Amino acid sequence: MEKDASKEMKVAKLCNGTVIDHIPSDKLFKVISLLGLENFNNQVTFGYNLDSKKISKKAIIKISDRFLQPEEVNKVAIIAPKAKIVMIRDYEVAEKIQLELPDEICGDVKCLNPKCITNNEPMKTRFVAINKAKGLFMCHYCERAVSTEEMLLKE
Amino acid sequence: MASEKSLVSISQYGKDKILSILDRAAQFEQNPNQKILDGKVVATLFFEPSTRTRLSFETAANRLGARVIGFSDASTSSTTKGETLKDTITIVANYADVIVMRHFIEGAARYASEISKVPIINAGDGANQHPTQTLLDLYSIRKTQGKLDNLKVAMVGDLKYGRTVHSLINALSHFNPTFKFISPKVLELPNAYKLFCDEKGIKYEETSELNEDAIADADILYMTRVQKERFTDLFEYEKVKNIYVLTNKLLEGTKDNLRILHPLPRVGEIADEVDQNPKAYYFQQAQNGLYARQAVICDLLGV
Ligand SMILES: [Zn+2]
Repeated sequence: MEKDASKEMKVAKLCNGTVIDHIPSDKLFKVISLLGLENFNNQVTFGYNLDSKKISKKAIIKISDRFLQPEEVNKVAIIAPKAKIVMIRDYEVAEKIQLELPDEICGDVKCLNPKCITNNEPMKTRFVAINKAKGLFMCHYCERAVSTEEMLLKE
Repeated sequence: MASEKSLVSISQYGKDKILSILDRAAQFEQNPNQKILDGKVVATLFFEPSTRTRLSFETAANRLGARVIGFSDASTSSTTKGETLKDTITIVANYADVIVMRHFIEGAARYASEISKVPIINAGDGANQHPTQTLLDLYSIRKTQGKLDNLKVAMVGDLKYGRTVHSLINALSHFNPTFKFISPKVLELPNAYKLFCDEKGIKYEETSELNEDAIADADILYMTRVQKERFTDLFEYEKVKNIYVLTNKLLEGTKDNLRILHPLPRVGEIADEVDQNPKAYYFQQAQNGLYARQAVICDLLGV
């Protein structure tokens, strides 16, 4: 227990807010941009290349004084389905959130079909879940299927 | 504000809707000249040229007494000056009561339907959808077989990229079909459509041989051409382009009620001699497009 606690302390302890843990290190910056954390005014701290028993190198993000909405955190499931999300109140875990793929992904992901209208007009993309268990979505416009593994974030 | 009513994809239509459109089309076949759209304007925007489809829609509109505006080639339109699809559609929607559009970009019609205040009819968006083709296919099937239910349908050729095949599978799924998919390995039906059949409990078989056995029990033989433009590897195309040629000899053992359909144009997959065979139906099939399109235009205009 003590050992774990000291490891956690490598990243500042959170009083109130959201912790996103067990992000594969190479996905950290994708998660940051997906959640738009670059434009956050609250204090955000993150750890990178931390040792993990579950995955080779993990990353962690702590967001102070902000409790992310389920629609926001569910976006994380697109790129880091094994991430763990908890809400902290008064230094205690107040709620654990089970990540679930959203029914729709709007605007964040690029369609892989170069002939798709979304790659040829200034407009938002939209993907609709067709099989969440298999992580399969369909472009609302060109109707091509895409798996979460293949998805590319919009620049 | 976007129009609620558009026809973008055949999957929008359930069994009842399909049947009501086909019934309406049958009325237009009886009497194609009805001036019920007097004073209406139909726009035909062909960002990708397709003379056959455009003439079919324009004839449909003219026979209903509507006026037609539009363009037949994007090089004569403002898109070449860099105008967005959004702007083109917004402007045309101010002039027309319904917009028929064909575009080489996939999803263009869906997007247009979200922008336009008047209904959009998708007349083909790249390799994606072409719903009025499917309706005329269904019309032709019902007309030649007297029904849509419980038919054995053999589909031949490019089942991988052939959008008419994919849409027809979707539409026939309401009518308990049995499919035979005949294609070379590299052009076989994508898994997503096989899964779709499995989920709907639709029986199907696959084979790469077009022979007398494969079509012996078919009611409908749906031929498609192998489209060169879908191939990135032209060597692959050369290997499969002439793989199937339907001849009178192949048709000898088939059922009397069998009819041959083809979305046209054909390249070499149906021998000329078959044109005289009473089982050939592809030219009448193309003509049925007129009635199906009249029915769709009226339906979307609420007439
Ligand atoms: Zn797309």
